[in-house]
Amino acid sequence: MEENKNIEINTPDTGIPEEKVPSSFRLIFTLGIAGFLAGLIMAGAYIYTKPMIDANKAAAIERAIYKVLPNCVSFKLLEFKEGKLTSINPKENKKAAKGEVPRLVYMGYDKSDRVVGFAILGSEIGFADVITIMVGYDANKKTIIGYEVLECKETPGLGDKIFKDPNFRKNFTALLTEPDILFAKKGEKHKDNEVEAITGATISSKAVIRLLNNSMKEWKEPINNFIKADENKINEIKK
Amino acid sequence: MGNLVWIFVSALLINNFVLSYFLGLCSFFGVTTKIDTAIRLGAANTFVMIITALCVYALNTWILPYAPYLQMICFIVVIASAVQFVEMVIKKTSPALFKALGIYLPLITTNCAILAIALFTTNKGYGLVEGLVYAIGAGLGITLAYVLLAGIREESRLANIPKLIQGTAINMIIAGILSMAFMGFAGLFSSH
Amino acid sequence: MSQDNTSRAMEEFSKGLWKENQIFVTILGMCPSLAVTNSVINGLAMGVATTVVLILSNLLISLFRNVIPNQVRITAFIIIIATLVQVIDFLLAALFPSIHKELGAFIALIVVNCIILGRAEAFAAKNPPWLSVLDGTGMGIGFTFALVVIGVIREILGNGSLFNISLFGPKFEPWVIMILPPGGFITLGFLLLGFSWYAQRKIKKSQQKEK
Repeated sequence: MEENKNIEINTPDTGIPEEKVPSSFRLIFTLGIAGFLAGLIMAGAYIYTKPMIDANKAAAIERAIYKVLPNCVSFKLLEFKEGKLTSINPKENKKAAKGEVPRLVYMGYDKSDRVVGFAILGSEIGFADVITIMVGYDANKKTIIGYEVLECKETPGLGDKIFKDPNFRKNFTALLTEPDILFAKKGEKHKDNEVEAITGATISSKAVIRLLNNSMKEWKEPINNFIKADENKINEIKK
Repeated sequence: MGNLVWIFVSALLINNFVLSYFLGLCSFFGVTTKIDTAIRLGAANTFVMIITALCVYALNTWILPYAPYLQMICFIVVIASAVQFVEMVIKKTSPALFKALGIYLPLITTNCAILAIALFTTNKGYGLVEGLVYAIGAGLGITLAYVLLAGIREESRLANIPKLIQGTAINMIIAGILSMAFMGFAGLFSSH
Repeated sequence: MSQDNTSRAMEEFSKGLWKENQIFVTILGMCPSLAVTNSVINGLAMGVATTVVLILSNLLISLFRNVIPNQVRITAFIIIIATLVQVIDFLLAALFPSIHKELGAFIALIVVNCIILGRAEAFAAKNPPWLSVLDGTGMGIGFTFALVVIGVIREILGNGSLFNISLFGPKFEPWVIMILPPGGFITLGFLLLGFSWYAQRKIKKSQQKEK
C-alpha cells in the first residue's frame, strides 16, 4: 500500500507540462508499477537478509560480552523495569522495544554456572562525538573487570588511545568502583579506584571515567538488589 | 536540556555537515560565490531540513517500524515533496525571493545533506524535539560554512592567485583550512 | 561496422577512467564519498558499492528508457536508484558487517551521489543497454580509482599504513590531520592542482611543437 501513497505525492512533482503530455493515467500507472516492483524487490531483499543482519548484530554483542567478562561462557539478558531487574527472553524483548528504549544489562555465567559478572553498556559525549563502551562489572568485588569500546570517533592518534592503548586498557582489568572512579595523571595512579589517563587525551579519558561513574550510579543498586533477591530465593529453596 | 544543546552545537560546529561530513559539497563549490546567495541557499536548506525532520519523525513512528525496507524510498519521496512544497510556498509568498533562488531550489533535492538529516536522525534514534534541534543546528551549520566560503571567495577574487591553482583546487584547500579551524570546536562540551 | 561498434564501446568504457573521470575532471560525486576515504579499504568499498549501483542503474534505466514517459523520468530513475541502494545496503549489512559499520549512513547516501543520476540522465536514458553498462563500468572504475588514490595518500600520511599494514614501523609520527576531514579536502585540492599543472604543461609542449 505504501507504494501507492508515494506515487500520489510524486506525480505532481515532476509533471512539468511539456509538449505531447501522455495521459496522466499513464504517468501514474508507470510510476505505480515502478513503485510496486521496487517495493517487492526491497521487501524480498529485506526478508532474505534480515536473519543474517540480526545474527551479525547479536554476534557483535556476544563477542563484546565475552571480552569484558573473562571466563564467561553464557549469558542472560536482564531488563530494568518497575524498579527491579527481571530476566527476559531476547525475542520477547523486541516486541516491547517499540515504545520506550528498554534498559538492559547482560548477566554472564562461567562453565560451572556461577555468575561471573554483568556486562553494562554506556554512552557519553567525548571529544568529538558520542562514545559507547561496554564494561564488565563484578558485583561481589565491586570492580570493573573488563572494557570494550564499541563506538568511538575520537581523534586518531590521541583520543582513540582509549581503545588502542594497552596501558590505558590495563586500568580496567581490576578497577574498584567505590566510592567513585577517579582521574589520575599518567604515572600517578596510587589507589585501586583511579584511572591513569592518557597524555594528550585528557578529555577523552575523562569522558570514559564519567561514563563509567554514570553507568555505576545507574546500575549498582539494581544489580545489588537483584543478587540479594536471587540469594534469598536460593536460600528459601535450600530451607 | 544539556543533551539538546549538545545536539545543536554538535551539528552546528563540532560535526559540521559540510566541513566534517563532506555533505552538500556540490552546492558548496558550485554556487557559493557571493555571500548573498550563500545565505539564501543556506536558509532554504535549513527550512527544507526542518520539514524533513518533521516528516521523518512521522515516518519513523507510523510507517517504517512496519516496513523498514521502504526507508530509502520514503525518505527520498519526502524530501522531493518537501522541496516542491517550499518552492510553491516561496513562489506564492515572495516572487522576488523565488526569482533570486532560481535554480538553487531544485538543487536542494539532490543535496546530500538533506538525506543525511533523515538518515542520521534515524540512526541516532532521535525523537521529535531532538530531530528538530538537530536539523536546525545542521542547517545553520551549513549556512555558516557556505557564508564563510563565499566570503573568502569574494575576497580572493581581488587577490592574485596563480592561474594553476584557480578554481576548484584553491576552493578545496580553503575548505580544508576552514575544516581544520572547525576542528578546534571539538572538545567544546567535555572539558568540564 | 562491427569494428566501428567495438571502437565505440572502447571509447564509452575508457572515457570514464581518465578523460572524464568524475571526481578528478568533472568534480562530481564527492559529497558522500570523500568522508570515507580515510583509509584505502573504506575508499575501495565505497567505490565498489557505488560502481555496482551505477552499472545496475544504467542497465535498468537503459532497458526501460522507452517505457518511462519523459515527464516522470527523474522520479522513476530515483525509484530505481533508491531500490538498488537499499538492496546493496542490506546485502553489505548481512555479508560484510564490519565494512557496513565503518561506512554507516554513507552507503545510503549513494542515492544522492550526483554521478549516478547524472549518468542516468546524460547517458543511459539515451543509449542502448550494452553501451550503458560499459559507460557505467568505466565511470565506476574511474570513480573507485579516484577514491583509492585519495585513500592511499591519506592512509599513508595520516596513519603510516596501507591496507592496515604498518609501513614505516613505530618510529613514524603520523600526520594525523590527513585522516581527519581537513585531510580529505587538502588531498583532493592538491591532486586537482597536480592535474591542472599536468594539463598546462601538455598544452605548452604542444604549442612549442607547433612553433
